[in-house]
Amino acid sequence: MRKLLLISSIILVGIIFIGRLFYLQIVKSSTNSILEDNAIRKVYEYPKRGYVYDRNGKLLVSNQPTYDVMVIPREVKPLDTLEFCSLLKITKEQFINRYKKAKTYSPRLPSVLVSQLAKEDYAFLQEKMRKYEGFFIQQRALRQYETTIGANVLGDIGEVNDRDINKDEYYRRGDLIGRQGVEKTYEAILRGRKGVKYIQKDRFNRTIGSFKNGKYDTLPQPGKDITITIDSKLQAYGELLMENKRGGIIALEPSSGEILAMVTAPSYNPNDLVGRKRSKNFNKLYLDSIAKPLFNRSLQGVYEPGSPFKLMNALVGLQEEVISPNETVTCYTGYKYSGRFMKCHCHYGARNDMVKGIQESCNAYFATVYRRILDKNGSATDGINTWQKHVKSFGLGNYLNNDLAVGQKGLIPDRAYYKRSFPNSFYSSNTISNAIGQGEIQTTPIQLANMVAAIANRGYYFTPHIVKNIKDETIPEKFTTPKYTTIDKKNFEPVIEGMYEVYKKGTAKYVQVDDIEICGKTGTVENFFKINDSTRVQLTDHSIFVAFAPKENPKIALAVFVENGYFGSRFAGKIASLMIEQYVKGTITRTDLEDWILTHSLENEYAKPYSGEPFKINRETQYQVIEKSPRVIKKLKAIREDD
Amino acid sequence: MIRETDRHFKFDWLTILLFFALVFFGLINIASASQNGEVINWMDFSKSYTKQLVFIVFSIGLIILLLSVESKFYERFSSIIYVVSMLSLVGLFIFGKNVNGATSWYGIGGMTLQPSEFAKAATALAVAKFLSDLNTDIKQLKYQILSAVILVIPALLIVLQKDAGSALVYGAFAFVLYREGLPHMYLHIIVLTVISAIVSLKFGVVIASILVTLIIFLKFFFFSRRKKVRYKLVKFLGLSILFSALALSVNYTFSNLLPPHQKDRITIWLSLEKDPVKLERMKKLEAYNLNESEKAISSGGFTGKGYLDGTRTTGNFVPEQHTDYIFSTVGEEWGFIGSSAVVIVFVLLMVRVLILAERQKNTFSRVYGYSVASILFFHFLINIGMVMGLIPTIGIPLPLFSYGGSGLWGFTILLFIFIKLDSNRINEW
Repeated sequence: MRKLLLISSIILVGIIFIGRLFYLQIVKSSTNSILEDNAIRKVYEYPKRGYVYDRNGKLLVSNQPTYDVMVIPREVKPLDTLEFCSLLKITKEQFINRYKKAKTYSPRLPSVLVSQLAKEDYAFLQEKMRKYEGFFIQQRALRQYETTIGANVLGDIGEVNDRDINKDEYYRRGDLIGRQGVEKTYEAILRGRKGVKYIQKDRFNRTIGSFKNGKYDTLPQPGKDITITIDSKLQAYGELLMENKRGGIIALEPSSGEILAMVTAPSYNPNDLVGRKRSKNFNKLYLDSIAKPLFNRSLQGVYEPGSPFKLMNALVGLQEEVISPNETVTCYTGYKYSGRFMKCHCHYGARNDMVKGIQESCNAYFATVYRRILDKNGSATDGINTWQKHVKSFGLGNYLNNDLAVGQKGLIPDRAYYKRSFPNSFYSSNTISNAIGQGEIQTTPIQLANMVAAIANRGYYFTPHIVKNIKDETIPEKFTTPKYTTIDKKNFEPVIEGMYEVYKKGTAKYVQVDDIEICGKTGTVENFFKINDSTRVQLTDHSIFVAFAPKENPKIALAVFVENGYFGSRFAGKIASLMIEQYVKGTITRTDLEDWILTHSLENEYAKPYSGEPFKINRETQYQVIEKSPRVIKKLKAIREDD
Repeated sequence: MIRETDRHFKFDWLTILLFFALVFFGLINIASASQNGEVINWMDFSKSYTKQLVFIVFSIGLIILLLSVESKFYERFSSIIYVVSMLSLVGLFIFGKNVNGATSWYGIGGMTLQPSEFAKAATALAVAKFLSDLNTDIKQLKYQILSAVILVIPALLIVLQKDAGSALVYGAFAFVLYREGLPHMYLHIIVLTVISAIVSLKFGVVIASILVTLIIFLKFFFFSRRKKVRYKLVKFLGLSILFSALALSVNYTFSNLLPPHQKDRITIWLSLEKDPVKLERMKKLEAYNLNESEKAISSGGFTGKGYLDGTRTTGNFVPEQHTDYIFSTVGEEWGFIGSSAVVIVFVLLMVRVLILAERQKNTFSRVYGYSVASILFFHFLINIGMVMGLIPTIGIPLPLFSYGGSGLWGFTILLFIFIKLDSNRINEW
């Protein structure tokens, strides 16, 4: 027995040790990746971020160097603080505070003392830097916007947050990432790939040397330049026209789905979100919950489409053969249905065929067509589902699967949607508002522009997209293959004829442009607003306009949306005509329209619900006339002079 | 004549093989632990690994010397060797060189010698001599006290030089004394003391007292064949009170008398701090070495990062890595496979020595061999246990493996005296 004590202790301890090793090295062990090894310092080299050009090759976004003054507290020798502070343009108190902070963070590691010096300060400081031990200047790259337009298109970059890091292991703390617009959707292409140097360090964080002679080190790969589909001149013009208004413009090239202009108003100067002033300005934009400048109305603004949707109903009616182009419907200043009445502004007894129905935007005509579609097979359930299938084939009621950072789905209802309101019986008269693009239908301006492009193309569209060209790469196939609608080509002609007549004789006859055959459709959409989230009040109608031009071989299709602009032709129609003329001709002959738009503001309309005082809407409101400011004149001149 | 020639081949070559395996594997790990990211240069004599190589060369000379001496020499001169060794420890008080707060070194030229490393072998010889004396009967209290004196002298001298860790080694001789007939009672007392101390610290004095009383109760009334109940009762009560008092005093000593750094080590070892955040911070600050060594071992995974490729070893994350914490280098670079192999080789070496010891025909050789195994075991247990966080931090080297001339030579002497004794067992009767 006595002999066994030591030998069994030895064996037992041996087993315990191997068990402990098993626990430490196999159970508890983390992965052996050098990226996670905190004995290896990873030094990243950041590549040049790709440039962004517009469709005509104009440089929109580039990079600018910026200089940070860094400090390693342990290496600092006594210095002439006052002189140094005056060089850095900071106060002595600021200097002492920041120095203390840096020291608390780590005496051995570099911290930023002054970030993003101006170029002039840098040049001056660089010569004197040698005098100050423990301080050095580090260069970083910032984005430089070569333009003041397209903030919503171009987007911006900001530091990654924890969510980004968790989502993609490429990012490390302090990296920059695209936050909005093109910067966000084409982040992976623009950013390139950073290079890594692995450096062995010791327990005091000091560098010992490169890890394994740089066997695993990688070189940075520069970001690729991209060309976007935006026509910067058209974009600038659109932004100018939308000043003092809220809303959005989307202009597409129907033959390719390329986005020529994407305007949201109000907007901001993209340079406001660069460098030192970014966080201050971003907060200001972010916290403006009334005007919402960061909200991209052309992509995210979900509105009832109003009258432009009548075009859809006409197309579905023709396809389903419930009406022929020549058949007339009589309008008795409105439409009677199940004991109710939908008003129309046609004169009593007007007999409208399809062209006229579109031209005059006759409610009675489209109510008739809509009900016939739904009642075609005697069942409104089948009818509305068929109707929905046709409408959705135009990209309405769904995300367009494009390359834009934000978007909204909108809504095209089917029978299932109405299950709650009409659980049992369901009649075509229940959803009559859909006939005139109100009721449950919701669309975004880009969806409407795409719908118009499909009409302009007589039956197909290309997914609207913002990328035109990526250096050394082809753009995704989904942008170059046409998507066909469920409507036959022949059925488009009467509708296009109607749109053409809108300009010639109809609701948009006062915004015609010489020598351009424009096809369009006005819309005036009722809208309601809840003051303080309780009282529901009606505000002045939204002004909406869709158009394409020229009638044959269309070059541009667009949707314009002006909040509280009242009649479609009042604000949206004028803007649409000007945009078309600008793009097609390159000059403006209708300077009267331009003057009118630039001297009329809707700011007074927007202030009304917040004023706390009773107010009047629509017909009873007054225009707010403003002076053309020198800034606006200068901008206009800049757009003209570029030619 | 035949006996003379045979002798050289009677050495236990397996032990020698295991010895060299550990020494050379130790050397290459020392090289890794002290390379600091530079290329290994065996000609640079300022490097620890080159020095260790020199120490190994010297120890080979030492081995030849030890094996050529007549084996009777060790037995005959054991008392003198012991006295000389003790004097060398006393001499430290006058000539000693202070390194890291301990005066355990003699400085000779550029070299330092640590006599306590040699005192282990000397004490083992003395204990072997004492126990092999025909008059000695370890069952008697008198001889128990005498053998304790042999052990306490070096231990006390070493404690006085502020090297408490090395002094603890003499506790390992308990295995030897027990093997040679020390009454069971002592074993029971040691086990009970350890239990009551740990339980008292971890769960409080009350629980420790109850547990100890219960154990003593079971021992006396269920596992004892004695009949006299009254006698038992008195002894039971006395012992219970004694161990409860022990639990109390351990707790009191821990809370009020222990120096802060030792208190922290025990706090971390037994996780006495309830707040996990605080405990984690304590681990980082007070047990920096342990924390880093555990991390290094853990980062090795199953196969290790490869020789010279341990990033924590290269970056010197574990302080004292080439000496006391050498096992963390093995853990990081050789992984579970390599570290388990080292543990197994150590176990094989100790078991081999024990088997040889049990084979000895004379008591001196047997006791000495047992001492060798006990001392090796104690170092092995404390060092690797500490590096892996199983035992509170006690600074003693891993035998044959850690950097250091004195340590290597001390263990070389310890082991090869036994190999010599073993080679001669045929000639004994």
